[in-house]
Amino acid sequence: MAYRHIVGPRTWAFADLATLMAKATPPRSGDRLAGIAAESAEECVAARWCLAEVPLSEILARPLIPYEEDDVTRLILDTHEAKAFSEIAHLTVGDFREFLLGALPETLTRIAPSVTPEIAAAVSKIMRNQDLILVARKARIVTRFRNTIGLPGTLAARLQPNHPTDDPAGITASILDGLSLGCGDAVIGINPASDSLQALGRLLHLLDDVIRRLDIPTQGCVLTHITTTIEAMNRGWPVDLPFQSIAGTQAANASFGVTLALLKEAREAAVALRRGTLGQNVMYFETGQGSALSADAHHGIDQQTLEARAYAVARAYEPLLVNTVVGFIGPEYLYDGKEIIRAALEDHFCGKLMGVPLGVDICYTNHAEADQDDMDTLLTLLGAAGCTYIMGVPGADDVMLNYQSTSFHDALYLREVLGLRRAPEFEAWLARIGLADATGSLLPGDGTPRLLAAAPGLAS
Amino acid sequence: MSRPDDLWTRLSALTPARIGLGRAGNGLPTREVLRFGLAHAQARDAVHAPMEAAAVADAIAALGLRTLTVASRAPDRATYLRRPDYGRRLSEEGASALAAAAGPPADLALVVADGLSARAVHENAARLIAAFLPYAEAAGWRLAPVVVAEQARVALGDAIGAALQARAVAVLIGERPGLSSPDSLGIYLTFDPRPGRSDAERNCISNVREAGLQPADAAFRLSWLLGQALARGLTGIGLKDESDRALEGPEAAAALPAR
Repeated sequence: MAYRHIVGPRTWAFADLATLMAKATPPRSGDRLAGIAAESAEECVAARWCLAEVPLSEILARPLIPYEEDDVTRLILDTHEAKAFSEIAHLTVGDFREFLLGALPETLTRIAPSVTPEIAAAVSKIMRNQDLILVARKARIVTRFRNTIGLPGTLAARLQPNHPTDDPAGITASILDGLSLGCGDAVIGINPASDSLQALGRLLHLLDDVIRRLDIPTQGCVLTHITTTIEAMNRGWPVDLPFQSIAGTQAANASFGVTLALLKEAREAAVALRRGTLGQNVMYFETGQGSALSADAHHGIDQQTLEARAYAVARAYEPLLVNTVVGFIGPEYLYDGKEIIRAALEDHFCGKLMGVPLGVDICYTNHAEADQDDMDTLLTLLGAAGCTYIMGVPGADDVMLNYQSTSFHDALYLREVLGLRRAPEFEAWLARIGLADATGSLLPGDGTPRLLAAAPGLAS
Repeated sequence: MSRPDDLWTRLSALTPARIGLGRAGNGLPTREVLRFGLAHAQARDAVHAPMEAAAVADAIAALGLRTLTVASRAPDRATYLRRPDYGRRLSEEGASALAAAAGPPADLALVVADGLSARAVHENAARLIAAFLPYAEAAGWRLAPVVVAEQARVALGDAIGAALQARAVAVLIGERPGLSSPDSLGIYLTFDPRPGRSDAERNCISNVREAGLQPADAAFRLSWLLGQALARGLTGIGLKDESDRALEGPEAAAALPAR
């Protein structure tokens, strides 16, 4: 079915819903690379007018990727909650935007299971940045493993202590640095340079040792392929959170070597370990716009809609943490600071609207038209939007993955400017060990000797 | 317990990560803001500075090799960054120039490509080729003219190697600059080059630079891989780089070129 919109003497026509959504997407290089972006600024806005008039029930009824062809589509439709949807089924995309602007937090919680990724993506495309911030801020998504993440007024941070050769002493040094700066409530998560099982085992035991000896109310994760983590669990190694990169189509997930059945297997194995003290949200997922196109698995659908479909995959496994790695993929997908900022706000909004605990790896590569000032802007906007967590990389410079993310100091900046607290159990630990006061502010001076006093020999 | 300063001297030696930076309020000390800014500026310059193709070609010609300069279909850096597909295809002029230059079949075509760091090419490419030539002479490999390629991605080498009827192509290309490695050259070796080859069909030697893998060491690895590739008729995941073992083993002496 074609969609039409008339602007003065000109009638804009869009062949189908996938085309309409692609043309309505705010400009970005990845959609141009795929050859599906609007050809002019007017066409883009005409598509948004048209999209605003599409009923949500029609989006639900017309899957962008056929049910028979794609297991992510099947997951979306098979788990859709019709009862919750009845509250919004009569709305158009334009009406839905207005509904969201006026909705209470409990309304968002109620409708979340009925919001499909295509619906979330559609409404995001007609929203301005301030709309994306305002609505996301109202969403309440709380998850628990050894602490409580996502409470209103809090921001968590992942401590990311990567090392180019996975050297345990070097990783420990970065962990001590991050903890001393009050970072690590979301997770202490290592991207290993090696994909070997032996390296994974060493790092899992290192994390378990640090967390136990310092008695930190947090969780550890080594971000390796899910099949390797399943093998680690089979061997009885200390796995808190299985990790996997996921995408929004079956073919893109296949290019990552992952299936929905593997994710289920990993989740069940991790839950059975009963390592969480407060809750059983055990999964950690990463996503990012452009991953399906780069795997040649995009079905002619715009990259932002496909990204939202990845959140439908994530939410089926009740994750502790999900983050978009927004600027990592490079300028052929998100060209500059403006495109990265827009994409991050869209991703965060869509995830929260769908009930997913979304954090953002606020980041860029050196061939993107972006710098630390762009990241400061995005960091501040995401803080205002109630982002679940950000990354903490020493000095914002990841020396293993070769990109720039946010730093331990960046998290401190955001806490000070917006009054954001940490996960309460972690904040209490910081006070107990003498690193922060009762309000979460760091005490003066270097905290590392206080950490080492609590765990003698950790850095020897 | 050691004094904090001693502690951080010791911890900082354990990792290249930016740890122990200190705090000004909750922010970074001025020194660290500027240190980061300098590293990013160098990486940015490396991405955007144009390759001095004529100077690169002259330096290679001075080694006694024929050279040829071509460009990809990406007309400028902004297009290059947005359209990786353009960087993998030859410009029409480039394709004609190669067709005109094609001589007898060769064992290896060397391609020097700007990639994402012209600086890496300026500092390392000619040195690497100079170090590689003795191995090529010792092995009796026939070299095609060295192609200097502008606005090029790795896969442009497939079209170049095919046009020059080379059994293998080695693309020496500026890598994506890291914050502390703006000058890193990568080498991608592909047997039987032709458009459509995938990255799984290549062998890579990365981080060739003053503070990384020395050009002389990289030249040895390249010659080891090329010898294997030509003998076994493949590159990629089926060919593991075991040049380290060759260096340690008895064949190391035989692998070294006669001076």
